[in-house]
Amino acid sequence: MATATGTLPQVQEETTIWTWLTTVDHKKIGTMYGISGFAFFLLAGLEALIIRTQLAVPNGAVVDADRYNQLFTMHALTMIFLGIMPLGAAFFNYFLPLMIGARDVAFPRLNALSYWVFLGGALLLTSSFIFGGAPDGGWFAYAPLSDEEFSPGAGLDFYAIGLLILGTSSLMASLNFAVTVFNMRAPGMSMMRLPVFIWMMLVVNFLLILSLPVITVALVQLVFDRNFTTNFFTPAEGGDPILWQHLFWVFAHPEVYVLILPSMGIVSEVLPVFSRKPLFGYAAIVFAGVAIGVLGFAVWSHHMFTTGLGTVPQIVFTASTMAIAVPTGIKIFNWMGTLYGGSIHFNTAMYFAVSFIALFTIGGISGVMHASPPVDSQQQDTYFIVAHIHYVLFGGAIVGIFSGLYYWFPKMTGRFLDERLGKIHFWLMFIGMNITFFPMHFLGLSGMPRRIYTYDADLGWETWNMVATIGSYMLALSIIVFLVNFFWTMRKEPTATDNPWDAPTLEWATSSPPPEHDFDVIPEVRDRDPLWYDRDHGIEKVEPPSEMHIHLPPPSYFPLLIGLGVLLLGVGVLSHLALTALGVVIVIYSIWGWALEPTE
Amino acid sequence: MEATEAAHGEHHTSLGVDNRMLLMWIFLASECLFFGSLISTYLIYKGESLVRPLPDDVFDIPLTSLSTFVLLVSSFTMVLAVYAAHHNFPKMMKLSLLSTILLGLVFLGFQVYEFRLFGSEGLNLSTNQFGASFFVLTGFHGVHVGVGVLYLGSMLIGSMRRNGLGPSGGLYMEIAGLYWHFVDIVWIVIFTVIYLIP
Ligand SMILES: [Cu+2]
Repeated sequence: MATATGTLPQVQEETTIWTWLTTVDHKKIGTMYGISGFAFFLLAGLEALIIRTQLAVPNGAVVDADRYNQLFTMHALTMIFLGIMPLGAAFFNYFLPLMIGARDVAFPRLNALSYWVFLGGALLLTSSFIFGGAPDGGWFAYAPLSDEEFSPGAGLDFYAIGLLILGTSSLMASLNFAVTVFNMRAPGMSMMRLPVFIWMMLVVNFLLILSLPVITVALVQLVFDRNFTTNFFTPAEGGDPILWQHLFWVFAHPEVYVLILPSMGIVSEVLPVFSRKPLFGYAAIVFAGVAIGVLGFAVWSHHMFTTGLGTVPQIVFTASTMAIAVPTGIKIFNWMGTLYGGSIHFNTAMYFAVSFIALFTIGGISGVMHASPPVDSQQQDTYFIVAHIHYVLFGGAIVGIFSGLYYWFPKMTGRFLDERLGKIHFWLMFIGMNITFFPMHFLGLSGMPRRIYTYDADLGWETWNMVATIGSYMLALSIIVFLVNFFWTMRKEPTATDNPWDAPTLEWATSSPPPEHDFDVIPEVRDRDPLWYDRDHGIEKVEPPSEMHIHLPPPSYFPLLIGLGVLLLGVGVLSHLALTALGVVIVIYSIWGWALEPTE
Repeated sequence: MEATEAAHGEHHTSLGVDNRMLLMWIFLASECLFFGSLISTYLIYKGESLVRPLPDDVFDIPLTSLSTFVLLVSSFTMVLAVYAAHHNFPKMMKLSLLSTILLGLVFLGFQVYEFRLFGSEGLNLSTNQFGASFFVLTGFHGVHVGVGVLYLGSMLIGSMRRNGLGPSGGLYMEIAGLYWHFVDIVWIVIFTVIYLIP
């Protein structure tokens, strides 16, 4: 039983592999999410580099068409499910309890389980490259591309099983986090005092809780179509491929908010700190986030305008899609209002946060453009859409994540990332990202389709393709600079004080890095910006009592064991059902062990 | 009594609802969307089957009404089990829990029988859209009942230990009851929408 005793808040326990495998500490789990997420982010970036190299010149011959299909499919899947989502989860794991003044999440073991199941699903999906070819039907896997006739290999089975496992992980994490936000808040931390990052993540959790079951049904139907003789999506047998599209996008449109909202939350934390004034219009930004979440469920068919929905549905989905620009715009004005009149301190975190506003706005505006069906039928399946999503997901989600990384790094490690390297990283990334993705608008408008593995010389696409490829190499360079910065920083002595930025939120009320039990004394919240309130009212931090006995949940190996069982379930469906049976046995056995394990 | 409860993990929560109870409620919201999507699929494919058999050819309403009734009764025995757990009647609790499990198993037996019957009348997963959407929907409901039987079975075994389910036993039973009632309600919806409405 781990009990923190005494007045030394920073007793560093010996960490071995076993402590990481059995940990239920949200900070360790967050770190594991972060490292895995970043590794997969690099892998997905590598896939993108191969794609850009292939497209640099006409009739490129780096990869063949088949491999190319696998690469763009896996690039999307890896970035979305194995890169950006876990990186968001990493921050949320690490900072949710710290920001609401709790000692851990509501269900520490379930938290560990979410991670292990995620890792299993991620490895399973990625291993498809080795075992007979990765999924090649796009991340959307439209029928009939996904059926046995057009995808005879195992790729689409890896896709379906992998996403089912990853979905299970996300669902467990979301349930856990939602309960934590509702139930584990420190005294005085009312819902309308929650940091905006927490609010945005709460919206994300509900988006996942309500949309994952829909994609689960679609994936189950796909598995049945491919393996158990049903014909859900086979037109010749009365099946309807459009049903897949509906089920997929009911999940996948909310999913884009799952990717962007965490970063919106991060910049909402960073901007006030380095503008030295409270967030402008807190309530508006919270309600706008909730409105985006609600409306996000009512716009999915804007991905399907060209399937012939009929006039009325087109009008409805056009209207709802345009309506969602309103809360998004509110947020942008709030961020600018926060900057306005502030004494702005430009460091790397702030560079990323401010450029987030600009880049995300570009992506948002091109998004509203294809809310209009006639415009959309021009842009559908062209590089214009590729440009749009990368402004939202790279210029938005990734840039926001880097902002958070530079901002929270001292809290997580006690060390400051180097500012000079940080700014080089920023400028390379900012310029590289615009050089890569802005020309794709032109390519799209001049008719270059997405997902073609090569093109002929005289179509007028050479220049901008070459430019985009150069930009992508700049992006790669920026990541190398970041990695150098990271490893160099980690060798420095930790110098960070509790609150080096003079930030207002609770995670800065404890040491950097935080002790295992997070807070010596659970803080009392008196205002929306608690640390600023205490500072301005001369309220001293409560001294910890000389004798502390804080119960922390003991480590457990059952999450790892269940994660293994779940992985076997999936591997079994892909290979031999005996493994599935073994997986079931392991899962049931471990759940019993879990239930009987003492947690006090 | 109050003191022992506080000592045994019914922590103070911001909303005043137990964490595990809240988790189950939110999970069931997710489950609503799961079954909602399966039922929608069934309804979308209604009338899209290219070959027989169709629902009218195979459905045996009196038989399914009987199995529906069995499941309804199991909800009633579940209520008794929760009541008994809260009021500390361990014998009554175990008995009601056992009846709930047995009724759940009888329901599953009906389902297996029905599936085999339909199979012998030429309906299976690959026959037509009715077969595919019907078997996947009711199959997944059956899996939920099966999980419920395992869940309640574990509770029953747990309650036979020397100190039973511990001081939070009532709460545990209530959460299990929530799940069980949800699965029953889903069946009522399935029975109404798929069997009764022509
Ligand atoms: Cu969308």
